[in-house]
This record gives sequence, structure tokens and C-alpha cells, in this order.
Amino acid sequence: MLDIVHQPLLDIHDLTVDFATRRGTVTAVRNIDISVGKGETLGIVGESGSGKSVTSFAVMRILDRAGRIATGSVTFSGIDLRAASDGDMADMRGREMSMIFQNPRAALNPIRKVGHQIEDVLLRHVQAVRANVKEKAIDILKQVRIARPEERYHAYPFELSGGMCQRIVIAIALACKPQLLIADEPTTGLDVTTQKAVMELVVELTHARGMSTILITHDLGLAAAYCDRVVVMQKGEVVETAPSATIFKAPAHAYTRKLMRATPRPGATLRDLLDEERPAPPPIGVQADGRPLLKIANLVKEYPRQGATKSMAQLFRRKASEADAPPFRAVDAISFEIMRGQSVGLVGESGCGKSTTSMMAMRLLDPTSGSIILDGEDIGAIPAHAFAKMPARKRIQMVFQDPTDSLNPRFTAARAIADPILRLGDVRRRDALRTRCEELAQLVGLPRHLLDRFPHQLSGGQKARVGIARAIALHPELVILDEPTAALDVSVQAIVLNLLDELKTRLGMSYLFVSHDLHVVRLLCDHVIVMKSGRIVEEGSAEQVLEAPQDAYTRELIAAIPHPPV
Amino acid sequence: MRSIVLKRLATAIPSLVGVIVISFLLTRVLPGDTASYFAGPAATPQAIAEVRKQLGLDKSLPEQFARYVVDLAHGDLGNSLTTGQPVVTEIANRLPASGELTLLGLLFALGIAVPLGILAAIREGSWIDHLCRVIVTTGVSLPVFFTGLLLVYLFYFRLGWSPAPLGRLDVFYSAPPQVTGFYLIDSLIARDFETFRAALAQLILPAATLAIFSLAPLSRITRGSMLAVMGSDFVRTARASGLTPKTVILTYAFRNAMLPVITTLGMVFSFLLGANVLVEKVFAWPGIGSYAVEALIASDYAPVQGFVLAMAILYVALNLMIDLLYGVIDPRVRLEA
Amino acid sequence: MTALDTTAVEPDARPATGLSATLKHARHVVTGNPITGFSFTLFILLVVCALFGPFLVPYDPLATNTAVALKPPSLHHLMGTDQLGRDLLSRVIVATRLDMAVAVFSVALVFVLGGISGIAAGYFGGWTDRLVGRLSDTIMAFPLFVLAMGIVAALGNTVTNIIIATTIINYPLYVRIARAEANVRRNAGFVQAARLSGNGEIRILLTQILPIILPIMMVQMSLTMGYAILNAAGLSFIGLGVRPPTPEWGIMVAEGAAFIVSGEWWIALFPGLALMLAVFCFNLLGDGLRDIVDPQRRT
Repeated sequence: MLDIVHQPLLDIHDLTVDFATRRGTVTAVRNIDISVGKGETLGIVGESGSGKSVTSFAVMRILDRAGRIATGSVTFSGIDLRAASDGDMADMRGREMSMIFQNPRAALNPIRKVGHQIEDVLLRHVQAVRANVKEKAIDILKQVRIARPEERYHAYPFELSGGMCQRIVIAIALACKPQLLIADEPTTGLDVTTQKAVMELVVELTHARGMSTILITHDLGLAAAYCDRVVVMQKGEVVETAPSATIFKAPAHAYTRKLMRATPRPGATLRDLLDEERPAPPPIGVQADGRPLLKIANLVKEYPRQGATKSMAQLFRRKASEADAPPFRAVDAISFEIMRGQSVGLVGESGCGKSTTSMMAMRLLDPTSGSIILDGEDIGAIPAHAFAKMPARKRIQMVFQDPTDSLNPRFTAARAIADPILRLGDVRRRDALRTRCEELAQLVGLPRHLLDRFPHQLSGGQKARVGIARAIALHPELVILDEPTAALDVSVQAIVLNLLDELKTRLGMSYLFVSHDLHVVRLLCDHVIVMKSGRIVEEGSAEQVLEAPQDAYTRELIAAIPHPPV
Repeated sequence: MRSIVLKRLATAIPSLVGVIVISFLLTRVLPGDTASYFAGPAATPQAIAEVRKQLGLDKSLPEQFARYVVDLAHGDLGNSLTTGQPVVTEIANRLPASGELTLLGLLFALGIAVPLGILAAIREGSWIDHLCRVIVTTGVSLPVFFTGLLLVYLFYFRLGWSPAPLGRLDVFYSAPPQVTGFYLIDSLIARDFETFRAALAQLILPAATLAIFSLAPLSRITRGSMLAVMGSDFVRTARASGLTPKTVILTYAFRNAMLPVITTLGMVFSFLLGANVLVEKVFAWPGIGSYAVEALIASDYAPVQGFVLAMAILYVALNLMIDLLYGVIDPRVRLEA
Repeated sequence: MTALDTTAVEPDARPATGLSATLKHARHVVTGNPITGFSFTLFILLVVCALFGPFLVPYDPLATNTAVALKPPSLHHLMGTDQLGRDLLSRVIVATRLDMAVAVFSVALVFVLGGISGIAAGYFGGWTDRLVGRLSDTIMAFPLFVLAMGIVAALGNTVTNIIIATTIINYPLYVRIARAEANVRRNAGFVQAARLSGNGEIRILLTQILPIILPIMMVQMSLTMGYAILNAAGLSFIGLGVRPPTPEWGIMVAEGAAFIVSGEWWIALFPGLALMLAVFCFNLLGDGLRDIVDPQRRT
């Protein structure tokens, strides 16, 4: 059915946005055309540096001081946004168009009650008067499904969870019933179950009001699940625009195809994520002697409860006995094994204890009780601060989540990779050391000339490779990977995951892969352990757990993952 | 709320203990023979021995400390050698003079620094921003006593606008009946506007000196804090919601920006209480600072020690109030206690 | 074979870390900004005056000549003469040495003491942190200048004691900076990685953390130099530390104060200006150093 007046709500035409930086003018967005119809949900998908956020900031006219719209036009409901005065823009923001951002807790005023923050918007756009504004604010809290809204009205952001904060942000954005909602990575950083709840709330509210939505994300699955049409951006340009069914089934542009391919999805293997066909490396005969490489038994980690928890408990009026509960158990008596040559995935949402478990296995943290046995040797008994000097240290290494944080800013890549060799290895001579570094660089696909660069001169993917080279420098038997690709773009992630798989086979290592991303875990791991609240709720082979989950929580997790249509 | 006040009071106690211990140690570290210093340069050996016994210097250190604390509890800070009066009384008499001066100076400073810092942050790169930065850079370089002298030279000697820097009131006026000890307030209470004017005229230059001195750190922290807050995520949300610039700046940005400023006030007070001493010397102000300085010159140590202790206790009290004020504004501190 | 990652990275204008690169950047900063260049020149001038002052002056700073007492600035006496007929210019130049010496010694001392205790407290935590914190808090419980007065009064009226007092009152600031920096980095990713590589705690502290903290503290040193000069001058102004006829800026301003009200402005003005310029120089130098060390921290 055609609209008689088929005029888009938002029409961006030939838009160019640039920024004045110390190094000259940088063009963030170049000659793009995007349109959003009434009631439509449009997804803008791209990796870092694609310009997707800058576009939305330009539409809302909340660009940084250094940014400006160089050319092009932005028309909203017939109004020329580029020419509009600051006063008119301020009137429109919040009332006609609003925006929600990543990191919801930071997006709220930390010293102002959330109820008052909603009221501020209502009063500003004359949607309420002093007499009835509180009632309206509580009503809006109900609409975003905040339990006990009268009580939560008086809450401060630090007292609420991430998911609840995002609901408040949504409440503020939708309070004045705008026509357009721009959601800039609204669920990044949230657990996958919370993510689903938040997205469904957004969809429900926007559809009910006939609103248009722009969803900006790097997650193709998310875009596929919730958008009608998708725009793909790369390096400041629009490379493809198509209805979401078409774009996922038959992407036209090479970049879109590359992105599709690189996205972990059910039914795809690691190889499928990459561009070219490459031969698989020869597998090393893994010494399967039946003995587990790492055996964790009844591992417990307790933390004494802090004052904040007590007062928060009191605020939400839990029973006094709960507030005086025993110490908090981050890891509650878990047991599992990792065999030689095996790749085990440890999954769960934030707070489930997976990171704490991996830190203890790494011997960077001491367990409260329980045993950690590496190839028959009880390494759990050795305290963390003494472990660095033990010979067992070189048998377990780690690849960290944040490649930037895990590299010393004053060490070159070569120095960083050489560190474990200098301390625990047996190579001392300068030239031998250099040769070894170059070998490792080649193994991880890092061009030799980058070895003398500092971290700030390397890209995210290159830093990740340096971290991996450092971890495998001493040929460890077990490598623990703590969300190693979480901070990387999806195309870089595809390459790094393949690299990790190849290295595992080539060097005969075992992996403990800690992640919240079930798809990635499926690709890389043979065996999967699911954790919740410090306990293991399910365990089994990757196919078993991910295709035929036994536990309700696992089922919930899997159901919550958005993915492109197969 | 009450539990938080009590908790903060509790944290002030170790500071007080530390202060008392240090001031005790300072009294015992005097070079040479403490007794002869206290007895005075013209004392006979018997007098010195008498003073030594009086001061309890013949007893052991822990005993001396106990005695010191007991004396303190009774409000006994010793007697001044030059005037023979109890130090405590003299400090109490002179405190309002210093208090009035410092408070007025601080008010002037805040009144200029805070709006300046806010405007400089909002209009980054404008002339106000540059003015702010110039004030900050020169302000921290100016010795406070030098500023005072320059002001005296300019406004008294050259322009004749200010009266002679000879204390709180010109010879022709007499102090208003004592209610608070603050001449400005007391003269208003007594409806004596002539005295009010005279007292204010004497106060302006020294208060301005103190104000210029505190202007630099205050405007720097206000500007810095405001800039940081203006770039924060929640201010971005406020702007994206279309809130008026006034609401964004005042309700959202300013209140959050004031938190670090309040924390810095503690440090500013530390500097102010020190600068007070110098300003009182320049303007012959009869406050506790000049009391201590006069005593120093006369090698009269009891007043100096009493002064250090009194200032420290005052400072602890001020910091306590700042902590409480901070807690009032920031709910995170309140609720996580 | 793993494909090579030849992702092009935008060439970064910030130079690589390393001594030659740092020096190059330093030169760029000093020559680029006229104010930084000016303060650097001033710094050189101060050092020259401090080291060679007594050889450069036209008159003996201690020589009195009542015939020319209280003369305003003229060609013979560029800064005029004081109440005893001494040439002010000579006295101001010679005074540089004393004030600079006090500043340099106390800053060096507090850098070492405060730096070591702060880093240890921040990195190891526990008892070290509590002890250092207590000490620091006790000092901070006093208004700092007042404490300095008390210390010099108690220990004795000498320049050495001014240095000691200045060191003590600056201790908490250095501790706080060093502690905060060490604490932030204690569990940073690269420190954890260093532990995994078999580095012991002390080795990590010396080879990984110290090189990062040192430049930050050096910036603070320059700022503290200015503060130390003001502090010493203030103490001298009220009669502590330096005795006449020793030329020192603070005491010269004190001597000139009495004459301001009768119009002989030069006796107090020139030493005061010298003070101001010296402090100004160190503050700007500190800002320039901050630019060299970490451009993102600019205020």
C-alpha cells in the first residue's frame, strides 16, 4: 500500500561533516544520503570510524565544537535542520526527535533523582505542569516497565542497574512522544538478556506510537532482528541501502558481503568468516594421555560484603536479615576440566564469575578455597604474588580483553613480546631475541616493521596480535583468553579468531575461552561451560549446549541472541 | 543523615590527635634550653630552674604530654612573655579581626572566581577565557605580601582613595559594641553607619589582597571542573533532550561542577589561613596572625605555639564543614556511608 | 600461513617515546609557543644569576653608603638604593642564589621522600599505605604556611630549617600524586601481563611503573619550585630564616614595606617583581613540561 504523500520523515541529502583538528580538517562523513520514513525502523550499520554516530549527532545538531556540517541538507518533517536557529533546535530536541546513547548510567545526571530528570523534560516541552508532572513521570516509568515506579522515582542512577538506567534514558527520550528516536549503540555493554529486553521495549513503544527509529549499531544481528531497512556505512560513506531481508540474503556491495561473512552466526564455521579460502594448517598430534591438563575442583572465591550493598539493600527495603548476609560468593564451588588440545568456552553474563574464575586459574588471584591442578601439580596452593617466579608460570598464559590497556605505552611491540622470553625463557643474546620476536610476529601475522612501533601507533587489530604473540612466546600449554575480541571490529574479529584457531592447532595448545558471546564461543570451542551467579548451570560439547540446551537459563541466553536470518 | 555527621566527626578525631601531638612536639623541639627561652633573656639561673619546674620540663616525656593535654582541656595555652596575659584570652580577643578579614576576602574571591570560571568554560576561547587564564597564571605567581604593598602604594599613597593601613578602624572612630566581634555586623546591629563605612574602608584593601590571592586556584578549578562536566555524557543527554541552555548549565552542569570546587575549598582555606598572617603584617591588622608574628620577633614562643594549635583546630573544623557540605550535595556520599 | 595484517594506521603526529624524540618534541614546544620560549629564557637568566651573581653585580651588595640612601632609580643605580645606600640591583641579583638554593634543595628532597613513600603506598597498599597516609594527613591537618612558621620557630631561625619546613609541607602533595599514579597502574592490563611474564613486583615497579610516573612528578617539581620560593620569601618577610643584611627577596620586600607609605616604592617593588618573575617562570615551565610529557593533560 503506497503512502499518498510519500515523504520521508527525515531526509539527509549529500551530507558532509568535517572536524577541525590539530592535524587539519578531517572529514568524518562524506556525501551521504539517508532517508527515514514515518513509522520505519532504519538500521545504520558500520564498524568503528564509519561515521554512523557522527551522522546522528549532525542531525540532532549536537556535534562537538570542532565539528560542522560542511555541505548537504538535513530535512526533518519539512523543516531544514541545518538552517534552524539554536532556539528552534532546542525546542525540537526532546519533543520531535530524541536520542539515546551507549553507557546509560553515564548518560544520567549522577546527583539528580531519576524522577526529576524525567520531569525536567516534560516541563521543558510543556507536556505537563507542576501540579501533575510527578504523576506523569511515574506513569512514564510504568510504561518503560520499571517495577515499583513510585519508589524508583526517588532513586539516583548509581542505585540502579545498567538495564534499569537504560530504561530511564528511554523514558526521558520518549517522554514527550517525539516522532523520531535515534538509538546510538543503546545496548552495547549490556548483557545479552538485558539487551533483548531493552530492544523489545524500544520496539514496542515506538511501534505503538507510530514513531520512526534509527538504530545505530555495529552488531549486524541486532540490525537484522529489529530493523526494516539497513544502511551500511564504511569510512564515512554509505556503501549500501536495502531492506533488511535483501541485505542479509543478497548483499550487493563487497564491503557488506565482507561484514556479513565476518559475523559469527549459527551454521557458519570459522573459515566461513573470512574472505579467501586458505588451507588448514597441519594439526599437531596432541598427546592425548587421558590426563586433564587443568583440573579445577570446588573452586570458591568470596568477598566480604561492603557498606554499599547494605545501604542499597535497605533502600529497596529487603529484609534486614538479607542485608546482613554472609560474604558474597563470586565463584561458588565450581569444578571442571580442560583436556590437552581442547578448547573450552566459559560463558555467562556479567557478574556470573567467569572472569574471577579465569583470574584464579591464571594465578593472578588467590582462591578462597578449592584446588587448581595443572598437569598433576597443585598450582592453587602457591600464592599469587609468588607464582611469577615459579617454573609453572610459563605453562599458562593469557590474552587480555583490552589490547590497549594490556600493553605498556612506553614499550615497543618487540619489547612487549620479548618480556616473557627475557624473564622466563632462555634466550639472552640480543640478536637471538630479535630473531625470536620476528618469528613470533610472523606467526601472528604482524608485519616485521611494526615491531618497533609503540602501542599508540598501532591499530586495534595489530595491538591484539602483539598481545597474542606475547602470550604464545614461551609456547604455553594452556592459554586463557578473556574476551580477546570484544573490543575489535567484526571484520578484525574474524581474522583474529581464525588466527587463534590456527595457533592452537599449530602449537598444540589448550584454550580456556571466556566470553559472553555464544556465537563466537561456538566457533572456537569444543566444549562449553555456562555459568550463572558463580555456579555452573550447564556443561557439554559445543553442539550439545548450543543446539540442544538442557538448562532453562542456557535456553534463555541462546534465545536472546539476535542474529541475521540464515 | 545524623549517622553521617557522627561518622565525619569521628574521622576528624585522628586529625585532632595528630595536631595535638605535633604541636606538643614542636614545643619540645625548641633549640637550646626551652626553659631559658620561656624564662626570658634576663632571667637568673634560679628563675630558669623555677620555670623549668613550672613547665614540667623536669618530668618524663609521656608525663609532659599528659600534662600538656590536661592543660589544653582546661583551655590553658600558657602565658605570653611580653604581655603576661594568657595566650588563650589574647587569641580569643583577636580571632574576630582575622575572621572578618578572611571571610570577606573569601567572599570577594568566590564572587569573582566562580562566575569567571563558569563563563570561561562556557565560552571557551573567548576573551573571558583568556582573561581567566591570565588571572590564574599571574595570580599564583604573585606573592601575597607584595600584592598588599602594591595595593597600599596605589590606593593609599598615589590615589588617596583608601585610608592609611593602620588597623581595623581609623583613630577617630571607636569600635561598635561587641556582639560578634565582626565590626561590619556589629556596627549594623548598632545602626552606626558611620562606623560601618569606616570599618569597611579599612577592610577593603586587605580583603582585596586575600581575594586576589585566592582568585587563582578558585577560578582555575571552577573553569577546569566546569569544562569537564560540560563535556560529560549526562550533559550531552540534557542537550539532546532539548533542555534550555540555562537549565543545562545551572541545574545539570553547575551543581556537578561544584563538587570538585568544594573539595578544593579545603586547600584554599589552608592557603588563606597562611596568607592571613602575611596580610596582617602588611596592614597592621590586629588579628591572630600579627599576634604570632610579633611574638616571634620577641622570641616569645608560647603565643606562637598557641597560634599554630588554634589555627590547626580551626582548620580541622573548617574541613569538617566542607565534608558535610559535600555530603549534602552529593547523594552518592550520603547513601554509601 | 597467516596473512599479514597490513592495516594502514594513520601516521600519528605525536612522536614516538624515547630520548631523542622527547628532546625533539621539547625543542618544538619551547620554540613553538612564545610564552614557553620566554619562560625558558627567563629560567636560564635565573640560573645564571644564581650561579654567577656575585661576579656580575656593579656594586657590593652589602656595602652601605648613607650619602646615596633612598635614591630613586637612576643611571647609576638602575633600581635605586635602599635606606642604607646599598645598590638595589646588586642585592636583587645576588639574592637569586639564596632563594633558588632553598627552592632546589627542598624540591629535590621532597621529590625523593614523597615520591618513594607515595609510590610504595600506592603500589603495595596495606600497612605502607596506612602509615604514609597517616603521616600525610597529619601534616595536611595544619594550614601549611602556619605549620612552616611553627617548624622554623621550633627548630631555629636558619635557612636550613626553612628548607626542612618547606620539604615537610610539600610532602603530602607529592605523596598524593605518586600514590594516585601508582595505584591506578597497580592492576592495569600491562602490569598483569608483566606478572604473567614472570616479573616480580619490585621489577615491575622499577621498570614499568616508575618510568611512567617520573615525568608526571617532574612537572609537579617545577610548579613546586615556584611555591617553595614564595614560601621562603613569605617566611623571610615575617622575620624567619634569613637575617639582615643578607640579601633575600622576601626580607628586602619587608625592609621596603616601611617606605611604601612614604612613597619610596622602589625598595619593595624590585625584589617583589623579581619574586614574581621567578615564580611565574617556574609555573610556565611546569606547563611547558606538561605539554612535553603528555599533551592531553593541558589545562
